[in-house]
Amino acid sequence: MNDMRPLERIVDTDNIKISAKGCQVYYGETHAIKDVDVQIEDNTVTAFIGPSGCGKSTFLRCLNRMNDTIDICRVEGEILLDGENIYDKKVDPVQLRAKVGMVFQKPNPFPKSIYDNIAYGPRIHGLAKSKADLDVIVEKSLRRGAIWDEVKDRLDKPGTGLSGGQQQRLCIARAVATEPEVLLMDEPCSALDPIATSQVEELIDELRTQYSVVIVTHSMQQAARVSQKTAFFHLGNLVEFGETGQIFTNPTDPRTESYISGRIG
Amino acid sequence: MADATANAHKRHGSLTQVDPRTRRRNAAEARFKAYGLAAIALGIFFLVVLAFSIIRSGVPAFTTTVVSLEMNVSPAEIDQAESGMLKTAAYTKLFIAQLGSQMQEQGIGGEVDPEAIGRILGKVGNDLRAFYQANPDAVGEPVDFTVNASSRVDGYFKGRVTREGLVDSRFLVATDLDVVDQLTEAGIITRQFDWGFLLGKDAGVDNPGGAGIGASVLGSFFMMLVVLVLSLPIGVAASIYLEEFAPKNRFTDIIEVNISNLAAVPSIVFGILGLAVFIQFASLPQSAPLVGGLVLTLMTLPTIIISTRASLKAVPPSIRDAALGVGASKMQAVFHHVLPLAAPGILTGTIIGLAQALGETAPLLLIGMVGFVAREFPTGFWDGFVEPNSAMPAQIYTWAARSDVAFYEKAWGGIIVLLVFLLIMNAIAIVLRRRFERRW
Ligand SMILES: Nc1ncnc2c1ncn2[C@@H]1O[C@H](COP(=O)(O)OP(=O)(O)O)[C@@H](O)[C@H]1O
Ligand SMILES: [Mg+2]
Repeated sequence: MNDMRPLERIVDTDNIKISAKGCQVYYGETHAIKDVDVQIEDNTVTAFIGPSGCGKSTFLRCLNRMNDTIDICRVEGEILLDGENIYDKKVDPVQLRAKVGMVFQKPNPFPKSIYDNIAYGPRIHGLAKSKADLDVIVEKSLRRGAIWDEVKDRLDKPGTGLSGGQQQRLCIARAVATEPEVLLMDEPCSALDPIATSQVEELIDELRTQYSVVIVTHSMQQAARVSQKTAFFHLGNLVEFGETGQIFTNPTDPRTESYISGRIG
Repeated sequence: MADATANAHKRHGSLTQVDPRTRRRNAAEARFKAYGLAAIALGIFFLVVLAFSIIRSGVPAFTTTVVSLEMNVSPAEIDQAESGMLKTAAYTKLFIAQLGSQMQEQGIGGEVDPEAIGRILGKVGNDLRAFYQANPDAVGEPVDFTVNASSRVDGYFKGRVTREGLVDSRFLVATDLDVVDQLTEAGIITRQFDWGFLLGKDAGVDNPGGAGIGASVLGSFFMMLVVLVLSLPIGVAASIYLEEFAPKNRFTDIIEVNISNLAAVPSIVFGILGLAVFIQFASLPQSAPLVGGLVLTLMTLPTIIISTRASLKAVPPSIRDAALGVGASKMQAVFHHVLPLAAPGILTGTIIGLAQALGETAPLLLIGMVGFVAREFPTGFWDGFVEPNSAMPAQIYTWAARSDVAFYEKAWGGIIVLLVFLLIMNAIAIVLRRRFERRW
């Protein structure tokens, strides 16, 4: 952990969106996340990398309290979003999730029309006063999801009828429709082919201008391509966190070095 | 060395020759397919036999033998009949007299024997009296009147009664059948579709011709309403709670196991429970469809809960994640996304549960919904729930238990009606499921 100190100091604190302090996660007896401190900046893509089972998804799901849905899961420590502890008793996870959107590993559009997929979030949060408002939100979100041109003529067709890559961009559009401030993505490209992957990666880069994006990926190339900050997890520990370029070219921890060079699978 | 490599490439024999292992494997597979086909064929065979015997035994119940006569009763005759003690008997005599004179006109049956005519006719007096009391204007006018022939004459047409079998019978003698044949030729006795069977109510043990299933169909209908209104919301709510909201712990495990056990409890146990709790303790009326519905609700709930939970489980968790991910509450996620996807399964389970309840007999007998109770129609919609009535299967059971073979035929007819209702319910289930599934 010592090796993170110098980096923390150079972080511009005004720009911090999420900051975790001493975060511990347990699944029953299993200690899945061990004392993680991390600071995630606004308008930045932060990548979580690490071998399978090291706790990347678990930690990501802590950031919008999706872990609440797992009975045996217990979270300790503090996670501050804009300085407020999201695990505070007064915080309603539903409100939090409108602010911290999430895109899942497997594209999971609702089995409804493309329009309804996007409109669902704004509807339940009361973001649109009229049908016209909603239409505007749907179009804007689909444009941000870089999928508007492909679906504008079939908004009433089922979202499940799209290709995998289109479905994932639809899910991203759905996530941004509720006007979140943070976007969490758990291996968003793992079910996609290379072309769809590069489309989504381009999209992630654009999204950075408006959101703080956290992406879990098992592909180091992807982390290198899309992120500005990278966090390397290993066996539930945050081993190293810093500028993506520095992590990939000049890691300070030997474990990071061996993972990047392919020695830890 | 060179040998070894060559052999390594030829570890297997020629592909065009089937080796013994493969032959045995293929034989086993062929045998298995044959067993499966045989099982299906056997099943279909029994189904066909069942359907055939039901139809053969049941269809005659839908026709009846009737005697048609143009009656002309004078006011004096009515007054005379009404003044006596045995009013219906007097009306019967009136009918016999008129039929006798018509027979004489047409030269049927030689000398008129009122007793023989009486044996041919069913219960005439009641109907006739009821008709003239309802239509006083008809007195003195010619009226076309159709009454049931006696159940033995009906049985004669349906092959149940033969001349040889009529030795020693005081209800119908062999020579009566000659009269019947002549009346049939003259068009006075005919067979027609028996609306009374579908729309009527149960009749006494001595009047199988007058017995109908209509009243108990209504009884079943009111019971099913109670079952649907109670078990669907309770069952679905319980399932949603258990599946989506309840913590997984010892307590919910115990509940879960017990619900499964409840589904296996014999129905008669629910019947005696209903008798003790609803009738003896809660003082609800006996033989009421309301109580029957409550008992059947208890029976149907486990079925609905089990199938609902199975269909909720079948909804992929990713849908719940998706909804929660955009900031839906748990309840919104369940009601907006999970429930619609589970609806076809819930519907199927509910209708299967209802169909089971529709065919259930034993618990109804315990709470007094036996067949002979269905002697009157309910007087109104709400009264239908509390007035004594029977239900289709209990009515069928009662008929089958009566000694007169004519009732046995009614029982088979009742089975057909019950099966038609079950088929309709299944068809509705299929249609609804299709409709829901079309919304992906
Ligand atoms: N729902 C769960 N119940 C119990 N253990 C879990 C659950 N989800 C994850 N884990 C455990 O937590 C650890 C981290 O898992 P995860 O966060 O999914 O890893 P990653 O996403 O990095 O592959 C693993 O050891 C995994 O077995
Ligand atoms: Mg993962």
